[in-house]
Amino acid sequence: MSYLKPLRGAVLATALAIGFALPAVADEQYFPLQSYRVGPYAAGGTGFFGGFIDYLNLINIRDGGVNGVKLTWSEGETQYEVEKGVEVYERLKNNKGVAAWNPLSVGIAYAMIDRITQDKVPLITINHGRTDSTDGRVFPYVFPLLLNPYSETSGIVNYIASKEGGQDKLKGKKIVVLYHGSPYGKETIPIYNLLAEKYGFSVEQIEVPHPGNEQQSQWLSIRRSKPDYVVLRGWGVMNPVALKTAQKVGFPVDHIVGNVWSNSEEDVIPAGDAAKGYVAITTQASGEQYPVLQEIVKTVYGAGKGNLEDKKRIGSVYHNLGIVNGILNVEAIRIAQARFGHRTLTGDEVRWGFEHLQLDSKRVEELGAKDLFHSINVTWFNHEGDGYVTFQQWDGSKWNVVSNWIAPDWALLRPIIEKSAAGYAAEKGIKLRTSDDATD
Amino acid sequence: MALTQGPGRFITSERLGVLVLLIIAYGIIPTLGGSYLFDAILTPFLALSLAALGLNILTGYAGQVSLGSAAFLAIGAFAAFNFNLRVPGLPFAGSIVLAGLTAALIGIFFGLPSLRLKGFYLAVSTLAAQFFVQWALTKFSWFSNNNPSGVIDAPALTLAGTAFTGPVGRYLFSLTIVVLITFASTRLIRSQTGRNFIAVRDHETAARVIGVPVLATKLTAFGISSFIIGVAGVLWAFAYLRTVETAGFNIDRSFQILFIIIIGGLASLRGAFFGAAFIVVFPLLLSRLGGALFGGVFDSGVLEMSQRIGIGALIILFLILEPRGLAALLDRIWDWIRPRRVTA
Repeated sequence: MSYLKPLRGAVLATALAIGFALPAVADEQYFPLQSYRVGPYAAGGTGFFGGFIDYLNLINIRDGGVNGVKLTWSEGETQYEVEKGVEVYERLKNNKGVAAWNPLSVGIAYAMIDRITQDKVPLITINHGRTDSTDGRVFPYVFPLLLNPYSETSGIVNYIASKEGGQDKLKGKKIVVLYHGSPYGKETIPIYNLLAEKYGFSVEQIEVPHPGNEQQSQWLSIRRSKPDYVVLRGWGVMNPVALKTAQKVGFPVDHIVGNVWSNSEEDVIPAGDAAKGYVAITTQASGEQYPVLQEIVKTVYGAGKGNLEDKKRIGSVYHNLGIVNGILNVEAIRIAQARFGHRTLTGDEVRWGFEHLQLDSKRVEELGAKDLFHSINVTWFNHEGDGYVTFQQWDGSKWNVVSNWIAPDWALLRPIIEKSAAGYAAEKGIKLRTSDDATD
Repeated sequence: MALTQGPGRFITSERLGVLVLLIIAYGIIPTLGGSYLFDAILTPFLALSLAALGLNILTGYAGQVSLGSAAFLAIGAFAAFNFNLRVPGLPFAGSIVLAGLTAALIGIFFGLPSLRLKGFYLAVSTLAAQFFVQWALTKFSWFSNNNPSGVIDAPALTLAGTAFTGPVGRYLFSLTIVVLITFASTRLIRSQTGRNFIAVRDHETAARVIGVPVLATKLTAFGISSFIIGVAGVLWAFAYLRTVETAGFNIDRSFQILFIIIIGGLASLRGAFFGAAFIVVFPLLLSRLGGALFGGVFDSGVLEMSQRIGIGALIILFLILEPRGLAALLDRIWDWIRPRRVTA
């Protein structure tokens, strides 16, 4: 047995070394990622989580973390399915230093609201999510950053107004909304009706049953009703099919306006020529000309640590959305660190950071993201943060920005959001937060 | 098995086994492990086991193939939500029973084609339930209390005045319901109705000749099966996910439940549990193992795909070894290892 002795010594020494080394490890902030890289929505998942991870890598490599606090993460595959997302949540939530959750799925986000509220960790649903979680009085830990579905609707209508030459010109116009036959698709029906009433245009909302690979009858009725614009509120395969069918029935593609989940390369490339001239809303411009993307290409992909397998997708819509999401998460941590210290923060401290996530155009430029996204102004009261939208047009090979930054009509939407949030609060017995509760 | 022990004995080895299992499930498991064990493994396992049990009564015992199980899960979940919301003062247990009855009623309706159709043709006709229910629940927002996104929150779980909160509470809540229904099912399949199910499955004409009411038997099977699946839907939505959205009750879920009973063993109540363990728990263990071993090397998509290939290969292997499912396979293993005695 004597030959085991040196081995035992070595094991002991290693264990001791690890034991002593541990306290010396710098603070870390951890991102649990409920990503989806397989399944029907893998294109969105790989792009978004790829961009998010690329930005976290950039911060680690270039800056050595946020004020010395290293960013870490691990992934769990959800396939965009709610029960897998819940499983991954339960699996990853016990890791140390969880900063925030970013599931990029409405269904998973809904299942998590009770859970994260109990655990006191923020839940970020950038560009999507539960609209009334904008009301920070009722949902302290949920942040539909930049754009909730109602603001998106208002942004699209404001864009159409600007093309027509002002909101008063909307009167008498006719808009058809072609929506995906799912809870997501139906969410904005009341808002389109409300805006139609306010501005005096007429609106017709037509459902496309899931998954939407057959739309002949819908487009024939669109041709009959001769609208001025068609808003495409699609998802997945529905989008290219809509564009192709529009071409078949002869509806002009530059009068189709896509919503925020109909705005990616994956939506237009399969439609080929039929998509040339198609316009869609976005909160973040695409392309890789922005300084922050240049740095990611140089620093992260240069070091062979880039997350996208296909480098042609750098700067695509979903990749840039992931990068913007990375910027917002990292800046929330930075802001919270300024108050609580340069160390691993608790979820509740990161929540404070998100509630003070105010990045004006100047700060956005410092971050190398000028023109990538406009600005954000989150408060304890408003968890969306007044995100601006812009519109991009597909030229057959890339998206080009064709509008200024447009502000949705937040004041109009806020009372509807508050009403819905109040209903939720009553149902759940939640006491509304006041500004006094929010400062700590 | 109990029958071979002689009718006079009260304590049989089977009853003893069940007792031990219950002591473990109620007494020992709740003291083990963290929330992951309960919230991510045991509660979904129990809910899907119950759904598979319901389908097994219909498909395994009564021989009627159904591809609409997920629809009845959805009916159960949405019915419980609406009864709970709209009938003031109704105890939650009442909502569960009413949800089960609603599912049973709709199940009987969609079971009507079984009077004329058999086998694959019947399976295809049950797809109607699958697609119709999902469509109706999305189309009419009344079902989700006009929530704009159609996703609803789960109410608190209370049974006889006790609130079941926390991971262990939700587990015990599910366990109690599953145990009650499983016991009722064991009684059912040994009753005249249960024997009628098997008679209809094995030879419909012969059953008719010996006086089994085929029509009533088939509809009873659809009703009871849908009731159980409906209750499973309540567990799935309120104890496990704690949210309800129609997209989660798609055709994939129906197939998943069908595969559970095929792999676990048709016409075997235990088979539903073995199958659910294989389909629900095993991939999770594999995924965690894969993540721990190769998480740094491959991204999660590659890992997920390799797990699917692995599980597919295992399913083929199991079904070659024992086409009657895991329940029969385990019986064979048990026969092989148990101490042999001269029969007492």
